[in-house]
Amino acid sequence: MSGRDAATPTWLGLIPGVVLAALFLVPFGIMLAVSVALRDPSGSGFYTWGFELQSYARVFTFFVGRILFVSMTIAAGAAVISVALALPFTVILAQMSRRAQTVILVILLSVLSLSEVIIGFSVSTLLSQTAGVGNLLALLRITEQPRAYTPSLFALMTGLCYLTFPYSVLVLYPPVARLDPELVEASRTMGASPLRTFFGVTVPLLRAPILGALILVFVFALGSYLLPQVLGRPEHWTLSVHITDQAVYQSNLPFAAAMAVVLLLAALALVGLALLVARERRAA
Amino acid sequence: MRSRLGAFYVAVLMLLLVLPLVVVGGVSLNGGQNLRFPPQDASFRWYGELFRAADWTGPLRNSLVIAAVAALIAVAVALPLALHAWGRGGALSRVLYTLGVAPFMLPPVITALGFLVFWVALGMYGQMAATILSHGIFLVTLPLVTTSLGLQGIDPALLEAARTMGATRGQVLRTVVLPLALPYIISGYAFAFVLSLNEYIIAYMVAGFTVETLPIKIFNSLRYGYSPIMGVVSVLFVGLAILVYGAIGIFGNLPRLLGAEQVREG
Repeated sequence: MSGRDAATPTWLGLIPGVVLAALFLVPFGIMLAVSVALRDPSGSGFYTWGFELQSYARVFTFFVGRILFVSMTIAAGAAVISVALALPFTVILAQMSRRAQTVILVILLSVLSLSEVIIGFSVSTLLSQTAGVGNLLALLRITEQPRAYTPSLFALMTGLCYLTFPYSVLVLYPPVARLDPELVEASRTMGASPLRTFFGVTVPLLRAPILGALILVFVFALGSYLLPQVLGRPEHWTLSVHITDQAVYQSNLPFAAAMAVVLLLAALALVGLALLVARERRAA
Repeated sequence: MRSRLGAFYVAVLMLLLVLPLVVVGGVSLNGGQNLRFPPQDASFRWYGELFRAADWTGPLRNSLVIAAVAALIAVAVALPLALHAWGRGGALSRVLYTLGVAPFMLPPVITALGFLVFWVALGMYGQMAATILSHGIFLVTLPLVTTSLGLQGIDPALLEAARTMGATRGQVLRTVVLPLALPYIISGYAFAFVLSLNEYIIAYMVAGFTVETLPIKIFNSLRYGYSPIMGVVSVLFVGLAILVYGAIGIFGNLPRLLGAEQVREG
């Protein structure tokens, strides 16, 4: 389409262009500048502009290395469990009637948009001493006394899976819904059991979207900030929690910014990889 | 896998998903200041308390104002961007589109810290306007995706017909394109509204100590003593989300909105 015939006037693109540049790119630029700024040693003010790599040097220490390792292990665990649960769920969901799909999607979207605070509160209530599981097990005489199951690694993983499951389903939903139903029908007609069809036909066809979903869910879980504090113990705190802690409570913005830049680069690389995987599949 | 086993699997997972919400709903009905399930001395007392207790009405009002205005900003940025990308395409559109979608794919703590240093540099740290603008930018993704989807669904023959009959570009946009895209724009606004209401970390880092929103208030209460009001807020948030997405599901095509091309009718 040439400029004169285009359906929209030229200036229309300027509005979002200016707004996004001013309120999205500029903050990132400032964050980069802060990450190399000089920290005020007295600890009173935040920082003075300058250039030093001391904050980055601190990022690559054992302390941050361990946090990064814990964050990644927890996020990877949640991603694998969620996607494994979500894959058969999504395949079955996509075969349901439109009405049933809509009802389930409404519930999934509602849970997905819930604040992490509310999810943390719900799961901790469910696992607490006075309500939910603790009570139930005591009532069934499985345990002597009602006990609390939170905070613990188990509670944290439960919460994270609760948080990431609807996301996993929604990420898997488009490729699964576009899957050619005739391939599955063919496999069934030729006498394969539903389970064998699932593992022999559906899963191999979806290899690329599954890999993409694993990466996206991993990044999503990596961003979880409140659940580690509400449901986990301090040793389960993720990088997101430490970034906020440094920025808000330790008043060390340069160090927080340096950690955020490292997290940003890691996340960008992973999301890029996920998009690449998706594109290759389309080209194939 | 259209077997009975499959339906059972879906039902069990949906039950697990709903279970914590049922417990929280029950907890919100406790008569006293405790979190028991099943509730004791069931009453709706705390539902009234949310709108009376001074330390909860403030966060309630903050949250509603922020969500309403931020979602409006998100639509105001997303609509021209979606139109531009749809009408012209090109590299600039793609760059802008990526910028619009990016904040949602990254860990939110990065965006939150970016806004924190930005507003500190501007001297607006701690003001409600900073929270509103931050949320508005952060949530651009949702109306952007829904509006783009709506625009892609418009039959080019309609535009052709309008142009042939002498309508100017502005007239076509106003009388054909916008009315057809309107349901998608409204969906985008609703998505952004619900998510702003639930957003924690950006609101906390930009103005957490001065502009308390409901999620921030709940988190603070988690530290300093539980109250059934937290259950009440959770129930209201879940209810609102179901209302919004339910409306989209009834009046629109939710499976298509979420990326399915064809769905069995029924």
